[in-house]
Amino acid sequence: MADRGKKGRRIAKKEAVAMLRKADLLELGQAADDLRSRLHPEGIVTFVVDRNINYTNVCINRCAFCAFWRREDASDAYILEEAELFRKIDETIALGGTQILIQGGLHPRLGIDYYVRLLSSIKGRYDINIHGFSPPEICYIADTSDITIRETLAILKNAGLDSVPGGGAEILSDRVREIVSPRKIRSSRWLRVMEEAHGLGMRTTATMMFGSIETPEDIVEHLDAVRELQDSTGGFTAFIPWSFQPGNTELGKGGRGSGTGGRTKKAGPRPPGPESPYGATAVEYLRVLALSRIYLDNIQNVQASWVTQGLKLAQVALRFGANDFGSTMIEENVVASTGVSYRVSMEDIINSIRAAGFAPCQRDTVYRIIRRY
Amino acid sequence: MLARIRNKVLNGRRLSADDALRLFESSDIFSIGSLAAYANGKKNGKKAFFVRNRHINPTNICINRCKFCAFSRSPGQEGAYELTVDEIIAKLRPYCGGKGRLPGITEAHIVGGLHPEWDFGRYLGIISAIRRHFPGLHIKAFTAVEIDHFSRISGLGLEGTLKALKKAGLGTMPGGGAEIFASGVRAELCPEKISGARWIEVMEAAHGVGIRTNATMLYGHIESHEDRVDHLMRLREMQDRTGGFQAFIPLAYHPKNTRIQGGYTSGIDDLRTIAVSRLVLDNFDHIKAYWIMLGEKISQLSLCFGADDIDGTIIEEKITRSAGGLTAGHLTADQLAHLIRKAGKTPVERDSFYRKVRVYG
Ligand code: SF4
Ligand code: SF4
Repeated sequence: MADRGKKGRRIAKKEAVAMLRKADLLELGQAADDLRSRLHPEGIVTFVVDRNINYTNVCINRCAFCAFWRREDASDAYILEEAELFRKIDETIALGGTQILIQGGLHPRLGIDYYVRLLSSIKGRYDINIHGFSPPEICYIADTSDITIRETLAILKNAGLDSVPGGGAEILSDRVREIVSPRKIRSSRWLRVMEEAHGLGMRTTATMMFGSIETPEDIVEHLDAVRELQDSTGGFTAFIPWSFQPGNTELGKGGRGSGTGGRTKKAGPRPPGPESPYGATAVEYLRVLALSRIYLDNIQNVQASWVTQGLKLAQVALRFGANDFGSTMIEENVVASTGVSYRVSMEDIINSIRAAGFAPCQRDTVYRIIRRY
Repeated sequence: MLARIRNKVLNGRRLSADDALRLFESSDIFSIGSLAAYANGKKNGKKAFFVRNRHINPTNICINRCKFCAFSRSPGQEGAYELTVDEIIAKLRPYCGGKGRLPGITEAHIVGGLHPEWDFGRYLGIISAIRRHFPGLHIKAFTAVEIDHFSRISGLGLEGTLKALKKAGLGTMPGGGAEIFASGVRAELCPEKISGARWIEVMEAAHGVGIRTNATMLYGHIESHEDRVDHLMRLREMQDRTGGFQAFIPLAYHPKNTRIQGGYTSGIDDLRTIAVSRLVLDNFDHIKAYWIMLGEKISQLSLCFGADDIDGTIIEEKITRSAGGLTAGHLTADQLAHLIRKAGKTPVERDSFYRKVRVYG
């Protein structure tokens, strides 16, 4: 297995499924670790200093297990005031932040004009990277404004959107999506948003949320779809696998709590819970992470998810294929309201990376190193 | 670099202190982990153990007030408490049979502070009351630190104290209080506590009267790798003499709320320490990855790095939680079995002597 990585031969779907099912955990880890150190021989592990800003908590999807959404008429429903938005960005910059992650619920009364104003008001004032709107939001904006995805992305880009987070991907298998997140956009649409974004010169990430009812085949399907698109566009900066955490709000939240949700279907019956009441265990997380590193030979970066896995397991993940620690999370509204949040300061992140045997470096959105510690 | 060590392990030969040090200093966690998994497989096959237990900490008032202890209090201090025998019995009762009760336990795990006013009779009374009320329940109680204290307040000496406890119903002893034997580190970490030599003496006495015990090592504070190796070597020597240890439990240091600064250990160090322990302690049957200390994630992973036990359901644990533990207060038997299964092992619920209670399919 390790040889395969060394020779640089691409692994096929069938091999990947067999590895996920049967390979010894430590052999998988070793192979992923070898690949990681070939791609990142300097022993650097990066992180980004950013803030998650949720522009609204009004969401038509009203996922049954989401603690974040509100009805429009709820007393604590909000659309972020400009002053508040600017205050958050000021704080982010003061803390050394280089990026804001803007996501929110699917608000029925916010058309494309709102987003254009939001983006250009930020860009008019700040030199900061705007990473925003996961594919389900993009699709919803397109649908409510009655324009194509490409037009939507072009308008948003023009207004200041720099890059798109890969949330809402869940498992790119419609079989699984039908069961787990029936209201969410289908796989092909998710991929389409990414393809169009890449086509417009925007970089994006890709996520995968596993640990619900998917099979190893579904996971490999997902990896394969991402690898194939990357072959043609090269637009993905990083891959972020994370596991469903029971006690978390919604099965369908994109990596790092993207307000996501589907678009067309009315809120139907509540989706059934995941098969296992426990979510994916540490061993399963590392297996999938390692396989992702091995399979996605055309994606430079793989992110460890300390938010869902905790710092200790995230450290171990750095030896199972990951080379990035994600965000320092100055604020995380969505995740914080679920209790999964680990209150971790930037200091803890830097120390954790170091204790795992790597050199911590702050990066920007496209993985250029900004600062070494 | 590890080839020589690998050969030794594969040929069933004992590792030297030098080997152990080299393992602690290696970053090749995959080789170390798979060797340890091999060594564990020879002892325990695919089995991985857990126990249904409940922790009781009779008091947190302690004359020692060790610097790294976030659990203990001085008398009268806020948060100080002491449980009566009746309260202890009431805490155990719901788990010890009766209709409509909570899922049962097979073991009570009892450790606590060295109360300045309690006499030996009070401690003895706790054991005998539990024995009387719940004859089927295994009582695992008192670290070497407590036994040392009892031996002084009882006037019975070590052996007399241990025999009295055994007679009252004490079945086995946990392995706490060992910390790190090296005297330099100990002088800084816990000068209030009995010496490493005394810890060993107490454990030898316990094994001598037929009480089996565990052994621990607290790591990740101010000790060096040499100190860890020294600790393991002393345990291995003693085990050669007595054979009374059941499990070795490396305990990751938790810095919060203690008076010794420092960070959490890294997940990588935790796994390596488990693996090295498995490889060095060739005369210990079991290596325990204590989930309340390591967190359930690292604990589960440890099963792929040489550990064969993740301890138990642990209802109510105060000591680690006071120190900013990373985990919830308890896991159900089904949750533990699930973790074990997903690590590719067969979950076996054990009793306090590692005898099979039930295999979870
Ligand atoms: S999880 Fe996302 S899509 Fe679902 S209700 Fe909450 S914000 Fe809306
Ligand atoms: S570690 Fe034990 S002996 Fe030391 S203060 Fe805490 S309870 Fe007392």
